[in-house]
Amino acid sequence: MLTINNLSVHYGGIHALKGINLEVPQNKIVTLIGANGAGKSSTLKSIMGLAKASGGSIKFNGEDIVNKPTTNMVSKGLVLVPEGRRVFSNLTVEENLFLGAYLRKNKEEITKDLNWVYELFPRLKERVWQKAGTLSGGEQQMLAVGRALMSKPKLLMMDEPSLGLAPLIVKDIFGIIKEIHRNGMTILLIEQNAKAALEVADYGYVLETGSITLEGPGKELMVNDEVQKAYLGEHK
Amino acid sequence: MSFQTFLQHLVNGISLGSLYALLAIGYTMVYGILRLINFAHGDIFMLATYIAFYSITTFLLPWWAAFLIAIILTALLGILLERAAYRPLRNSPRISIMISAIGASFLIENLAIVFFGGRPKAFPIAPIFSKIVRIGDVSISIVTIIIPIITVIALVILNFIVNKTKTGMAMRAVSKDYDAAKLMGININHIISFTFGTGSALAAIGGIMWALKYPQLIPLMGVMPGLKFFIAAVIGGIGNIKGAVLGGFILGLGEIAIVASSPALSGYRDAFAFILLIIILLVKPTGLLGQNSAEKV
Repeated sequence: MLTINNLSVHYGGIHALKGINLEVPQNKIVTLIGANGAGKSSTLKSIMGLAKASGGSIKFNGEDIVNKPTTNMVSKGLVLVPEGRRVFSNLTVEENLFLGAYLRKNKEEITKDLNWVYELFPRLKERVWQKAGTLSGGEQQMLAVGRALMSKPKLLMMDEPSLGLAPLIVKDIFGIIKEIHRNGMTILLIEQNAKAALEVADYGYVLETGSITLEGPGKELMVNDEVQKAYLGEHK
Repeated sequence: MSFQTFLQHLVNGISLGSLYALLAIGYTMVYGILRLINFAHGDIFMLATYIAFYSITTFLLPWWAAFLIAIILTALLGILLERAAYRPLRNSPRISIMISAIGASFLIENLAIVFFGGRPKAFPIAPIFSKIVRIGDVSISIVTIIIPIITVIALVILNFIVNKTKTGMAMRAVSKDYDAAKLMGININHIISFTFGTGSALAAIGGIMWALKYPQLIPLMGVMPGLKFFIAAVIGGIGNIKGAVLGGFILGLGEIAIVASSPALSGYRDAFAFILLIIILLVKPTGLLGQNSAEKV
């Protein structure tokens, strides 16, 4: 579905991505793990057209999408839940969700998806009229995911959905990710929480300082020595 | 002071406050979305009056057609201003775009002197607007009454656009977070153009009514009022539309109160605005309705 070839990103003099290759097949959960500053967010940003790629290609269903405007990506079905949630704190929960459906015209389908989002996140339904800025961190993350679902994504990308959340909430969020996946969604997940990410993922990539150093099925990476040492804490 | 005189001043104050409010909104909307003080806003206001003037005197259009054309053309000029002076600097440091705003302001003023001439022009006032109505012992020119009415109508429409339409929702989203708004598929450039268009249309409405009240046009007529509109926006809390309206009325009523309380003080009318600004900046720098910029992380 999504194929990245030799993608490079520069920020001024900094070479953030040094030619990475990545493949997200249809109906799979693929995860990209790595430490701070490894280039995980840069990868997502360049897919969405928020960061300029300095080389390489990104193909979505065979179509080259590198360095196209973000609004085109959204209309093609590429949707990103950004790092740090980035909900519109000055808007109500419902307005945030409707903004997710900004490019969509079919009112019936929008209402259907809105109900689906409320089913997934009953907490949001209780808070429809509340300003998003008054929600707790976990609720804001739910809203960010719900808002992305309202865009009717074909490929849902998530940037550190567990960041700064209590362990119980993290469990909820990953439960939701599995649930969305069962509905047939293709997901590209970026995480520092390598254990949780590899548990749900079909395939994983390890990114270190701008290059992919390891890749393999999620279960294999979980037991890989280097991954264990670097991200999961060494087991005796 | 007799009750009649008081009413007379009150009506004048509300009328002047309405004009300040309409123009302050333009400053506050642009600031809300671009974090930019659009110093050329007062000159956009001036251009609107000249467009209406030439539509009536040179093209011999009826007053309503001239006003409509002035509003539409001014909105387009506002959009053009953003395209030419601000968009190329969107990713530059904020100081650059501010300098560009000052430059745009000087350019418009001087082009106006070249094309319209430096000599004052008398704004042609249709007979409907020069009537005087008497309510009890209070006599008021019809313009003074129309101004607040038009202002309220404009504010209701603006409120509807900002709070009830999809574009308004997008505007509020863009003012909070550019990148997140882009991720919703919102075209930032369209929303910014729309904001400049709306702000400039309000400036045109305000400008035309200003010209009906003070019918003398000069190319620099936007300078001093422009500063006051800006002050009104700051008093209310820049970036906040309700704040701009509040600031406008406080400033308008305050100025009239100064003049009314003692004719000797009328020379200090302009100073009042600046003293008020200094006090606000000392006591509540974010303005009366301004929010603290500290955010939950």
